Amino acid sequence: MHKIYTFLKYTFITLWTVFIVAPFLWAISTSFKDFQSVNSKVTYIPWLDFEPTLEGWRVLVKSPARGGVDIVEPYFNSIFVTCTASLISIILGTLAAYALSRFTFKAGFVRNNDITFFFISQRIMPPIVLSIPFFIFLSTIGLLDSLLGLVVVYIVLLMPIAVWIMVDFFNRVPKELDETALIDGCNPYQAFYKVVLPNSIPGLIVAGMFCIIFGWIDFFFAFILTFTEVQLLPVKVVALNSSITPWWSLSASALISVAPLIIVAFVVERYLSKGNLSGALK
Amino acid sequence: MNLIGKNITYKPDNQFHLKDVSFDFKKGNLYTILGRTLSGKTTFLKTIAGLLTPDTGELSFEDKDFRKIPVWERNVAMVYQQFINYPHLNVYENIIFPLKQRKLSEEQIKIDVEGALKTVGLVGFENRKIQELSGGQQQRVALARSLAKKAKILLLDEPLVNLDYKLREQLREEFKRIFSEGLSQDTILIYSTTDPQEVMELNGEVIVLDEGKVLQKGAAKEIFENPKNLKVAEISNDPPMNILKGIKSSNELNFENISINLPTYFKNLEDQNYYFGIRASEIKLDNKGEEFEIELAEISGSETLLHLKRGDSKIIALIEEVMNFKIHEKVKVKFNENKFYAFNNNEELVSSPYGVLNG
Repeated sequence: MHKIYTFLKYTFITLWTVFIVAPFLWAISTSFKDFQSVNSKVTYIPWLDFEPTLEGWRVLVKSPARGGVDIVEPYFNSIFVTCTASLISIILGTLAAYALSRFTFKAGFVRNNDITFFFISQRIMPPIVLSIPFFIFLSTIGLLDSLLGLVVVYIVLLMPIAVWIMVDFFNRVPKELDETALIDGCNPYQAFYKVVLPNSIPGLIVAGMFCIIFGWIDFFFAFILTFTEVQLLPVKVVALNSSITPWWSLSASALISVAPLIIVAFVVERYLSKGNLSGALK
Repeated sequence: MNLIGKNITYKPDNQFHLKDVSFDFKKGNLYTILGRTLSGKTTFLKTIAGLLTPDTGELSFEDKDFRKIPVWERNVAMVYQQFINYPHLNVYENIIFPLKQRKLSEEQIKIDVEGALKTVGLVGFENRKIQELSGGQQQRVALARSLAKKAKILLLDEPLVNLDYKLREQLREEFKRIFSEGLSQDTILIYSTTDPQEVMELNGEVIVLDEGKVLQKGAAKEIFENPKNLKVAEISNDPPMNILKGIKSSNELNFENISINLPTYFKNLEDQNYYFGIRASEIKLDNKGEEFEIELAEISGSETLLHLKRGDSKIIALIEEVMNFKIHEKVKVKFNENKFYAFNNNEELVSSPYGVLNG
């Protein structure tokens, strides 16, 4: 019985791994092909099936004037927008979450849970509903087609995630910890940054990771709120797909755009599994 | 110069957590707050610490209005029943935390911390992480942090309740030593607990709290000998004092068709209905005694608690050895007739084997 279970378990895991990894291998293989190797017949293994070339990768860093597609600038644009928006979202979101977790707010019929729901409700709406208001808003304040405008919009998208995760985290930090800090001579601000914050690193990392992922993969707002001045990576990658699809450079750019997320996932996984974060608080 | 509370009431959402609580705590004394869970003990301590603001009433310390001083400026220390330490700091850093907050000199901090570590028996554990310590050790760290601070008011909120039986016994012993040698004459120590045995052993001034009200104040011995009413008698004994509804006549007590010779000190009572109280330890197994049915037998440590039933009355007897009993079996028990308490129909104490103090 136990053996059958183990067998089934590993079979399932193997199939799932193949299902996940195969497209990556396919993309890696494709990124080293040229027009001939993609279009003539089905080929898999470099050197054996086809002659590998770095052309697909080289195009990505060449300037358009020299026949390249230059994804370097969109790449750094994406990094700047994602990191800035994530950082601001985490700072504001953590402060908001702490207040919502520890203090009681009353304004008419509005209570803490209503405020928390207000934040989360921003994510319940389909993004398309927000597209026209955002467009008008950014065009009114003159931030359409600019990095700053995108940062503003992404904060709106990412802060609810930070608030949601951090409220849940703070609710599990015993209130007695803050109280002990107060009794030990901290004023409420000191209690927050000397005691609560250092013990919230696991929550901050998880919230930060989610913000980065959601910010990095957004295509919709990056697409409708930018035109010519700035471009973010997802839009640029899709734009590669013209009348003749350059599968080789498309694969290469797809691979380097998921690379940061893979690194984030591995680092966090390592960090969490070391155990120095999980279980810091009972 | 004392810590004085006058008619303190705390009622969030119109539910009384504290109702008209008054007290006068003197420096160098130990006060124990005895009450069941949810009786308002923690609220009481948090009010003194300043974590909660009472709705009405006055609170003053050293002739200053304590209500106007925020928590972080009151010189208090508190140990919670949950083992609360700073998880991101090691043992040493935990203990110096309040001292650094008060900006004491390095040398002073060193002396204070070493003293505190010695008192709680954690020398050599300075660099351990909090998560590596056992529950008892974590609670020692919390206690050391409170002691090192040399606060003028030290609050301990059921500090032993989350520890296992053996450790509790051991720490309770140590507490007595720590309180007698580790504290200055300037400190007011307030200790809350649900455990009457702790109260008796610590032997301080007792405040019996129930549903946010003070039921009785007095020395531990006084509470033991003269519980003011039925509630206090129940709260201040573990297992709770057995209460039997019965009648007193000229030469005997009657309850559940059992007759007991009248204790001499009951002579002056009127012949009428009373609640008779007797401690579980004053009921013994005896073949010549009265027959009861066993409802439950609990073995705790080296003792057996027998839950017995006869008619409408349920009592608990404490047998000082481990014995096996079958449920629904009949046993015979004898009451120690010189240890009966009598409470009148208003549930107030009218006679005790030790004599009633306030008439």
